[in-house]
Amino acid sequence: MTTTQPPGGLPEVEIDPAALRQLADARMNIELDTGDMILNLGPQHPATHGTLRLVVRLDGERVIAADPIIGYMHRGYEKLAEYRTYPQITTLINRIDWLSSFANEVPFIHAAERLMEVEAPPRAEYIRTILTELSRIATFLLFLGEMGLQVGAITPAFYGFRDREYVLNLIEAATGGRFHPNFNRIGGLKDDLPWGFIAECRSVMAKVMKSCDEFEDLVVGNPIFQQRTRSIGIIPAALGASYGVSGSNLRASGVDWDLRRDGPPYLVYGDLDWKVWTHPDGDSFSRYWVRLQETRESARMILQMLDALPTGPVMAKVPRIIKVPEGEAFVNTENPLGEMAYYVVSKGATGPFRVKIRSASFSNVSILPWLLRGCYVPDVVTILASLYFILGDIDR
Amino acid sequence: MSSLLAVDIGWGTTTAIKTLVVLGVVPLTALLLGYIFLLKMMSHMQSRLGPMDPGGFHGWYQLIGDGIKFLQKEDIMPAEADRKVFALAPAIVVMSTFLVFVVIPAGPRMVVRDLDVGVFYALAVSSLSVIGVLMAGWASSNKYALIGALRAAAQLIAYELPLVLAVVGVVIQTGTMSLQGIVGFQQDGAIFGFSGIGLPLILTQFVGFAIFMVAAQAELTQPPFDMPVAESELVSGYMVEYTGFRFLFFFIGEFGTAFAFSALAATLFLGGWSVPGVHGTAADVLGPAVLVVKVLFVAFLMFWARFTYPRFREDQLQALAWKWLIPIALANILVTGVLKVAF
Amino acid sequence: MKREIKGMLTGLGITFRTMTRPAVTVQYPHEREHPAPRARGVIALKEENCTVCMLCARSCPDWCIYIEGHKEQRPPRREGGKPRNVSVLDRFDIDYALCMYCGICVEVCPFDALFWSPEYEYSEPRIADLLHDKDRLGEWMATVPEPEPLELGAESKGKKK
Repeated sequence: MTTTQPPGGLPEVEIDPAALRQLADARMNIELDTGDMILNLGPQHPATHGTLRLVVRLDGERVIAADPIIGYMHRGYEKLAEYRTYPQITTLINRIDWLSSFANEVPFIHAAERLMEVEAPPRAEYIRTILTELSRIATFLLFLGEMGLQVGAITPAFYGFRDREYVLNLIEAATGGRFHPNFNRIGGLKDDLPWGFIAECRSVMAKVMKSCDEFEDLVVGNPIFQQRTRSIGIIPAALGASYGVSGSNLRASGVDWDLRRDGPPYLVYGDLDWKVWTHPDGDSFSRYWVRLQETRESARMILQMLDALPTGPVMAKVPRIIKVPEGEAFVNTENPLGEMAYYVVSKGATGPFRVKIRSASFSNVSILPWLLRGCYVPDVVTILASLYFILGDIDR
Repeated sequence: MSSLLAVDIGWGTTTAIKTLVVLGVVPLTALLLGYIFLLKMMSHMQSRLGPMDPGGFHGWYQLIGDGIKFLQKEDIMPAEADRKVFALAPAIVVMSTFLVFVVIPAGPRMVVRDLDVGVFYALAVSSLSVIGVLMAGWASSNKYALIGALRAAAQLIAYELPLVLAVVGVVIQTGTMSLQGIVGFQQDGAIFGFSGIGLPLILTQFVGFAIFMVAAQAELTQPPFDMPVAESELVSGYMVEYTGFRFLFFFIGEFGTAFAFSALAATLFLGGWSVPGVHGTAADVLGPAVLVVKVLFVAFLMFWARFTYPRFREDQLQALAWKWLIPIALANILVTGVLKVAF
Repeated sequence: MKREIKGMLTGLGITFRTMTRPAVTVQYPHEREHPAPRARGVIALKEENCTVCMLCARSCPDWCIYIEGHKEQRPPRREGGKPRNVSVLDRFDIDYALCMYCGICVEVCPFDALFWSPEYEYSEPRIADLLHDKDRLGEWMATVPEPEPLELGAESKGKKK
């Protein structure tokens, strides 16, 4: 092949050898350019925890761009809330984050109680905290199991579900419903705990601790799992905070922030002696590790609360037909998935005028386009599993 | 074989009988392994019971019922699939399984054909399934299947090398590639003069055994090496568009090959059908049972690892093969050769 | 390297140990689990307590309760009194295909006519059969458990049957 030279010869150009290598690589890549492939990790996919659609642009096995498309499970909670009364809405919002459903009710009821200027009696607050922490344990046990499943180990998923059954049976004994307790009422709780609950709860917490040890041996200690999750999907703390990532995801990036301790005080977390777990790395492994420690911490908190349970009524004096006075209230809490908040606007009727739900997973998922660039396809699955979002929470 | 029953039945009939036996044995072994390990052992490792109702006694009929169910399903082919290649792919995978069973001995005379290059033949033929996998992934006209097939191609080819190199140590020590010869070596061997249990080659070739097991696990695309079939990402990878009896072929291929590799490992490292001291017709009768017991032991190890570990990512998988298994296997060959010449 | 090998072996140990322990499966339908007495399985109706006030039908989030009634005149209870107006229940259907099992109807009933029962085995091949009428709801009353004792420190009492 002959090259035509300009008159006077080629100009003298100083090329850095590293850049030369890169140019050579680039030329090779162009010659081997196979074109990008667009893969639809569609609404129905085992990796996406529900109906999340992730359109990824692949170059071989590397992700160039990822685009999450949500809304396949939108159920119109905020619209439904405009036409329902407070007890009816409490029933419905159980189903936003269906794995830890008691925790969804708490901020809403607190907002309504704030508007009514009613305080639930201390026994009710303790029982609410116990049930919230039980839901946290239930959802985290499922996470510990299914993240193993997404990474490839089939067995931890079954252990997670098996140990979760004990916690769900406890919740059912107290509230009547395994998944959807619908137990909070404005002013307190529907009922008190049944006989034998405290003893059963203690034994279940012992089982939970043993189960966490099992997960630590089977999953965390496994070198293949560590190889699959360390340095995968690192969320820098400042970037995560700017995207609105919250909960264990942010704590795994080293941010020492937990609304139970640092936010406006709610429930009885102020009376308990507990620790906030953080991890400096910010990768998928640290997210798993932080949730494992938080499960253990929740079990310890429950044991403290069982010892310190005050006596008394579980319901404050509220009228039969509850009309919440005019006003607005914003309550945010530390849900298992992250920070959940309700903004309730009332115009004095039996139902709210407007409820705005700030759900944790919606913001957690917004970081996906940034996070998934440059990783491999198997890493996409690992990252999705480690962020732990629930579709009902994203789409409401 | 033709003199076994003191009746001269000729070469053609003998071959026909042997073919029928292999055709019958392979699905049976797939069933056996599938039931014991996939249905029952996996279930108990996961704190559950597995099938209990089909057939009444601990669900023994489950896989047979599954097989019949697969056979009566509608034959669906994707509209844009390459019809001939799509149909041919499972046949090739299963064919390579059948061909491996040709050389596996179950007794001194219970072998279809004891080739002089038995080990070489078995390993060569088992690698034909890679072509079937690639055909399946390409012809499915499905991006997930394609990704799975490409991963499989890279993985299966990469792990052929440690598989073969691990076996070379055995061949050096025994001096023959014929499987009957290797079994005979183990049966008649002695450990420092003690000939009670013969000389199972696992004692001297433990490195080779370990590498063979790891490489066999990868060849079968079982976790921790199941990137091509990554269930939570690709939902069956290259098999995703296959339903009905074509999927049954893949299933039989997978578990039949698991049995074949376990049988190879048992034959090469544990002594195969042989029990030291038992020869002749008694060994013909006892041999298959002994082989099955040893195969179940090896398969137990394989499936135990399958149900415990998460899966490697593709590049980590390749790193393991090229950076660890092959150098260790080469070192094993070197040491074996030196020791064989020295002693 | 040693830590990695130890990690691999402990994992194998856990699966092996779980294999040797008995499985936790409850083989339904040969064996059954018994839910807690408070479990929300099905709603039972005590017809004599119902005054057709319609509070349950109004408070249901799904509007799955269908009530029809009419007023009747009854003779006075004592001599020389006025005839009473009594509401009689004609139709009380709960559509379990819609029911969310939230319990608001049971809670708001001022006359204790609705009760929870932990029965859960009433699935039907036809969706239309999931509409339980008055008589069927009355049959469920036999399965309603006694109100159970509460934990230490509680003040409120359970509902009377």
